[in-house]
Amino acid sequence: MTTLLSVKDLSIAYKVGSNDVVAVSNSGFDVPKGTIVGLVGESGCGKTTMARALTRVIADNARIAGGEIAFDGQDLAALPEAKMNALRWRDISFIPQSAMNSLDPVYRVEYQIMEVLRDRGGMTRRAARARAAELFEMVGIDKGRLRDFPHQFSGGMRQRAAIALALALNPKLVVADEPVTALDVIIQRQILDQLRTLQRELGLSVIMVTHDISVVAYTCDRTVVMYAGKVVEDCDTATLLNRPLHPYTMGLKNAFPDLKSAGSGVLTPIAGSPPDLADPPDGCRFAARCPFAAELCRSTEPAPLEVEKGHIVACHRASEAAQLRLEASKPQTWEAMA
Amino acid sequence: MSDSLIEMTNAQLHYKVGNSISAMMGLPSTVKAVDGVSLTLKRGESVGLLGESGCGKTSMGRVLVRLEQVTGGSARFDGKEIGQMKGAELQAFRSRSQMIFQNPFDAVNPRYSIRRTLEEPLSNAGIKRGEWHDRVIAALELVGLGDPEQFLERFPHQLSGGQLQRVVMARALILEPEFVVADEPVSMLDVSVRAGVLNVFRDVRDRLGLTAIYISHDLALVRYVCERTIVMYLGRIMEDGPTEDIVHAPLHPYTQALVAAVPTPHVDQSHAPLPIGAGAPDPRNPPSGCVFRDRCPLVQDRCASDIPQPRKIGTRLVACHFAGS
Ligand SMILES: Nc1ncnc2c1ncn2[C@@H]1O[C@H](COP(=O)(O)OP(=O)(O)OP(=O)(O)O)[C@@H](O)[C@H]1O
Ligand SMILES: Nc1ncnc2c1ncn2[C@@H]1O[C@H](COP(=O)(O)OP(=O)(O)OP(=O)(O)O)[C@@H](O)[C@H]1O
Ligand code: SF4
Ligand code: SF4
Ligand SMILES: [Mg+2]
Ligand SMILES: [Mg+2]
Repeated sequence: MTTLLSVKDLSIAYKVGSNDVVAVSNSGFDVPKGTIVGLVGESGCGKTTMARALTRVIADNARIAGGEIAFDGQDLAALPEAKMNALRWRDISFIPQSAMNSLDPVYRVEYQIMEVLRDRGGMTRRAARARAAELFEMVGIDKGRLRDFPHQFSGGMRQRAAIALALALNPKLVVADEPVTALDVIIQRQILDQLRTLQRELGLSVIMVTHDISVVAYTCDRTVVMYAGKVVEDCDTATLLNRPLHPYTMGLKNAFPDLKSAGSGVLTPIAGSPPDLADPPDGCRFAARCPFAAELCRSTEPAPLEVEKGHIVACHRASEAAQLRLEASKPQTWEAMA
Repeated sequence: MSDSLIEMTNAQLHYKVGNSISAMMGLPSTVKAVDGVSLTLKRGESVGLLGESGCGKTSMGRVLVRLEQVTGGSARFDGKEIGQMKGAELQAFRSRSQMIFQNPFDAVNPRYSIRRTLEEPLSNAGIKRGEWHDRVIAALELVGLGDPEQFLERFPHQLSGGQLQRVVMARALILEPEFVVADEPVSMLDVSVRAGVLNVFRDVRDRLGLTAIYISHDLALVRYVCERTIVMYLGRIMEDGPTEDIVHAPLHPYTQALVAAVPTPHVDQSHAPLPIGAGAPDPRNPPSGCVFRDRCPLVQDRCASDIPQPRKIGTRLVACHFAGS
């Protein structure tokens, strides 16, 4: 499979006062063409920062401090803004995390979608109007509401309008930051199915930031796990969920409510909080919360290694993973860390 | 003191939409976001409010914290009509009831630092300045933001989505309210943090005897936090009862569809087709009779003419002519 996007050794820093908050630190992953890749990890671990860097819509106080973003033979990290802008919407589109308020309040929703279609897609007014209606149908909004203003939409409807906008010109890659988080299960399913259909029929690739493991399980071919600014595990989704190698990934599973399984349903959180990214610790960044941390973990940072074909992990104890998974499945293991 | 804190009786919230042109074309000019809702919440009760996007959950919450006023029927807090409160009573109400907003980026002033965001309610409530700092720190720790000092001088856009969501939750809880409408309060948190925050929410609720409406489209989460669940569809209540009963044996055809559609965190899940299609009808122009009828797999003739009134079936209220039979 050819690679559509390859992120290598990327670092992104925010300036806060005189400090650098390094929100993404020497991290990378690949998106093979035509795949849906999930990006998961704790709140604040750098998912949005990564997603925004890929589309180069970064905050004023952010800078790409190193690394490369290879997309279709170009390095997006170094591309002049004018060239980058030409790629947006048509080749790469972005659904921001706060997509709910990414629409302009003063224009009708239809006008905003038609603007993108006409301006970026060169469509005629008539074609754009028809395409807008088609897009609304794709995301399950009655086309009678195209002429509403954004404030007349519910939160989920605005979210869906932003998804429609991102799909408008059939881009090669959609970077979607929590696209279905605000949506109910039925609409969620329709949208995820729609993405899979576009993947199958048009070879669409998607990077989907989400914290919802059932969304990952349902939709993503591969999944990348981040922790405190670093990619800690990267492999196909089935393997990730059934045989994770990183202790953080193991902990995630206990914290996820599963309506359809038996049991008390008590959720076991991973106690503690992530390190301050302005001053990260030496050694493994997860060590302070990891029930399996050893001496070496606190002094030496584990490098990401491809320990099985297509399965990358950054943990010193990856070779003992089978044993650790057993331990990690017991709530006491995590409660002892609290 | 009566033991119910919230009472809605046939409450309506109809938004005016459209303009003179659409009126001339004879298009309906109201969105019936909440349409004839009756419910009672006991003190200390947590109720989950579940339902499809656009069904009126946020609208109902906004009525209960007086960000909107009912356009028909009644909505009372502690025996008083919410829309008629004035002066000192209204001011007290503003600190007794709080809303945790659905979209944290909308909920805060982007020009206020996190410190100011959290100090403002304290100041409005007349709390002594000397107490502010400690209370702000305590509130941030409560919602699981470790090392809170590092966030105080930052602005909202300098936080991640989940961090900001917790700031919004801290702001709602900082005055120790009696009643909270939590609108998708953990939607942006990943699971490992979410479990912690939900545990906090349950603790605070039990400690303060908080009455809460917990809006979510995620039944697994509602189940974790609320003993009772209300399912809405197109501005109306379809089913109301103990969460466990609703999860294990939903009675209303709409609830049955919702429960069946809940995804699981397993890759080998069956990709069975959904029991109903996506997309609710336009609330400007809802179907006659039962509002669910154009998607209902069990629809019969009578559903088009008669509006099903909530009926008691065992532990539950169900608005369907045929449920339970
Ligand atoms: N503009 C900014 N200035 C300073 N720090 C920032 C800025 N934006 C984000 N950060 C910090 O960078 C880190 C990563 O943030 P990011 O938004 O990428 O997290 P995330 O993984 O998307 O989290 P969430 O799941 O909560 O959305 C966080 O600690 C956050 O506080
Ligand atoms: N200010 C407004 N003017 C006109 N219509 C509105 C307004 N606010 C909401 N609506 C409409 O009222 C209906 C209910 O909206 P509401 O925001 O209560 O839904 P919700 O259940 O919270 O949905 P979601 O899960 O998507 O947030 C929707 O059809 C919406 O478009
Ligand atoms: S390297 Fe050590 S501390 Fe880090 S995840 Fe692996 S076992 Fe835990
Ligand atoms: S009243 Fe009729 S249409 Fe409505 S839910 Fe019951 S069976 Fe379906
Ligand atoms: Mg984010
Ligand atoms: Mg809402």
